[in-house]
Amino acid sequence: MTNVPGAWYLTVAAVIFCIGAVGLLVRRNALVMFMCVELMLNAVNLTFVTFARMLDDIGGQVFVFFTLVVAAAEVVIGLALIVSIFRRRQGATADDISLLRG
Amino acid sequence: MDAVRLAWLIPGFPLAGVVILYLGRRFLKEPLSGWIATLMMAGAFVMSVVVYSGLHSLPDENRQVALKGVEWIRAGGFSARFGLLVDPLSVTMVLFVTGVGALIHMYSIGYMHGQERFTRFFTYLNLFAFSMLVLVLGGNYLLLFLGWEGVGLCSYLLVSFWFERPSAARAGKKAFVTNRVGDFGFMLAMFLIFSHLGTLDILSALSSAPQLGRGTATAVALLLYLAAAGKSAQGPLFIWLPDAMEGPTPVSALIHAATMVTAGVYLLVRSHPFLEHGPAAGDVVAWVGAFTAFVAATIALTNFDIKRVLAYSTISQLGYMFLAVGVGAYTAAIFHMVTHAFFKALLFLGAGSVMHGMEDNQDMRVMGGLRKFMPITALTFMVAWLAISGIVPFAGFWSKDEILAATWVGGAGVSAHYFLWFVGAVTALLTAFYMTRQVWMVFYGNERWREKLHHDPHESPKLMTIPLVALGVLSFAGGAINLPKEGFKNLTEWLHAAVPVKPLEVHSFGQGFVLSTIAVILGVIGILAGVRIYNRGLRHGEDPTVVRLGALGRFFDRGWGIDPAISWFVDRPGRAIGDVLARPVDQGLIDGAVNGVAAVFAGLARALRKVQTGFVRNYALTLLSGATVVLFIFLIRGTV
Repeated sequence: MTNVPGAWYLTVAAVIFCIGAVGLLVRRNALVMFMCVELMLNAVNLTFVTFARMLDDIGGQVFVFFTLVVAAAEVVIGLALIVSIFRRRQGATADDISLLRG
Repeated sequence: MDAVRLAWLIPGFPLAGVVILYLGRRFLKEPLSGWIATLMMAGAFVMSVVVYSGLHSLPDENRQVALKGVEWIRAGGFSARFGLLVDPLSVTMVLFVTGVGALIHMYSIGYMHGQERFTRFFTYLNLFAFSMLVLVLGGNYLLLFLGWEGVGLCSYLLVSFWFERPSAARAGKKAFVTNRVGDFGFMLAMFLIFSHLGTLDILSALSSAPQLGRGTATAVALLLYLAAAGKSAQGPLFIWLPDAMEGPTPVSALIHAATMVTAGVYLLVRSHPFLEHGPAAGDVVAWVGAFTAFVAATIALTNFDIKRVLAYSTISQLGYMFLAVGVGAYTAAIFHMVTHAFFKALLFLGAGSVMHGMEDNQDMRVMGGLRKFMPITALTFMVAWLAISGIVPFAGFWSKDEILAATWVGGAGVSAHYFLWFVGAVTALLTAFYMTRQVWMVFYGNERWREKLHHDPHESPKLMTIPLVALGVLSFAGGAINLPKEGFKNLTEWLHAAVPVKPLEVHSFGQGFVLSTIAVILGVIGILAGVRIYNRGLRHGEDPTVVRLGALGRFFDRGWGIDPAISWFVDRPGRAIGDVLARPVDQGLIDGAVNGVAAVFAGLARALRKVQTGFVRNYALTLLSGATVVLFIFLIRGTV
C-alpha cells in the first residue's frame, strides 16, 4: 500500500465541503439541503482524522466521535421537522417556509 | 391650682363627643346625637367656669399656668409637648367659645331637624369645638397651629356640608385655599421664632421676644398677621368669608362669626410682644384693619342676602378688632371679640330662624313685616341690632367705644391715628345704617313674601328661641364685663396677667364723654337714616340705597372688584403658567423627547428588519461568508 500524502486527503475534504456548501445555497429541496449539510460535516470529519494522523494526536479522532453524535441528533430533529412540514404542504421548498421574515 | 388642672377636660369633652358620635354613627339618630354633642359642649363650659374660678382665686402674678402634658415631638434641640397654657386670655376665650358654642349646638338641634347627615353635622361641630379649644389653650405655637389647621378643616367640612350644591362645594374649597395663604405665613413665623429663639413654647418665646432685633420682631409680627388675616378675613383675603355663608346657618354663627374668625385676633394678642418690639407691624395691622372695616361696611350697604350682609358685617367688626390690636389696645380687641361673639352669633341665629320660618329664603327683597309672625326672633334680633350699632347701654357700645377711644388716644406711635379714628367712626355710621336697613327690610315694611311663600312665616321652635333669648340677654348686658370706670374694668384687670400692657385710656372723663357721645350720635344718625328710608318698605322691589348710590352702589356690590382683581393677579398668571407648562413644555419638550427617542429606534428597526428575510439559504450564505471573512483575516495575519 503506497503512502498517500496528507495534502490529498485535505484537498478531497475541501472539495467535498465546497460541494456541500454550494449545494446548500443553491438547492431548494429541504431534503437535498439536509444531505448537503451532512456532506459538509463529513468533510470536516475527514479533515479531523487526517490531521490526527499527520500530527499523531488522538484528539482529532475523539472530536470526530463528538461530531458524529451531534450529527446523529441533528438528523433526528431535522428529519422530524422535514416530515412534519411535508405532512402539511405537498412538495414545499425551503423558501416557502419563511414565516420569520422581519 | 387643682381646679386649673381640670383644663384638660375642656377640649376633652368635645373630643369625647366626636369619638362617641363617630363610633355610634350607625345607631345614633336625630335628635339624640345632637343632644350628646350639646351636652359635651355644656360640660366643657362648666369645666371652663371651674377653671376660671380656680384661676381667679390665684394672685395676679401666678395666673399663667403651663400644664406640661406628654411629649409630642422631639428632634435634636427641638421639643414640642401636648401642653396647655391656662391664663386669663385663654380662659376668656374658652369661656365664650364653649358658652356661645353650647347655645349654638342647642339651636342646631332645631335648625338641622329632618336634615340628612344629622349625626355627621354634630360630629363636625364637636370636632370644630375641640380644634378651637386646642387652638386657644395650646401651650406652644405648634399645638396652636394644630388647632388652627383643625378649625380650618372643620370650616371646610361644614361650609361644604351640603356638598350636593356645587356652590357650597366651591365655597368650601375657596375658604380652604384662601386660608392656606395665611397658614403659610404662620409656618414661616414659627420657623423664624424657632431659628432665633430656639423654642416654640409660647411663654418662653414671648418672654425672650425682647432679645429679637427690631427687623426680626417686625417680620415675625407681620407673618403672624398674614396668618391672622387669612383666618380672620382681613384685607384682600376676606373674599372667602361671604362665600362661606353657603354652610348651614349655625355654622356661620359659630365658626364664621363668633369663634374661628376671631382666632386671628387671639393669635396677635397672644403674641403681642412681637408687635411691641416691631412697631411697624402695628401700623400695618391698624391700617388694614380700619380699611377692611370700612370697605366691608360699604359692601354690606347694597347686599340683599340676609346672611351675606352679616358676613360683611363680621369682616367689618373684625377690622375694628385689628384696629385695636394695631394701636396696642389689646384688651379692647378682646372685649369687642367677646361682645361681638354675643351679638353676631345672635344676628346669625336670628337670620337662621327667619330662614327657617320662610322656607329657606335668604333674599331680603321677599321678606318684610316679619315681626308679627316671629316676635321672639324679631325682638332678639333687634337687641343685637342696637348692640352692633353702638347704642348705650348695649354690649357693642362699650367695646366699640373703647376701640375708638383707644384709637383716638393713639399709642405705640401709630401714624395718623386721628385719621384711623375717623375711618372707624364713619364705619360705625355705616354699620348702624346697613343694620337698620336689614332690620327694616326683614321685620318691618310691606309683606313682600305673600306671592312667593306657600305658608305664612312661623316662629321657630323653643330649641331655637331659647338660645336666641340667652344671647339677647348677653348682647344687652355683655358690656358689663368691662365698664370704663375705675373698679368696673373687670376684663382689663383680669387680662393684665396675660397682656401686661398699659391699656390706652382717655386722658380725662370729659374727653371720653365727648368721644362716646360722637360715637352714639353717629350710630343714631345711621339708624334714623335707615328708618327714614326703609320705613315704607320696598316698592317694586327697588332698594332706595341701591338706586341712590347708582354706579358707586354697583361698585360696592361687586365687592370693590376685589374678587376679580385677585382672579386677575393670581388666577390669570397661574393659568398662563399652566398653559405654557402644559402645551409647549409638557406636550412639546417632554413628550417630544420621549417620542423622539422612540421614533429613532422605530426607524432603525424598520431598516434593520429587512435583514431578517426568513429564507434559510440566505442565513446560510451570511454564515458562510462571515466564516470565510474570518478565515481570510486569520490567513492574512498569519496566526490562528
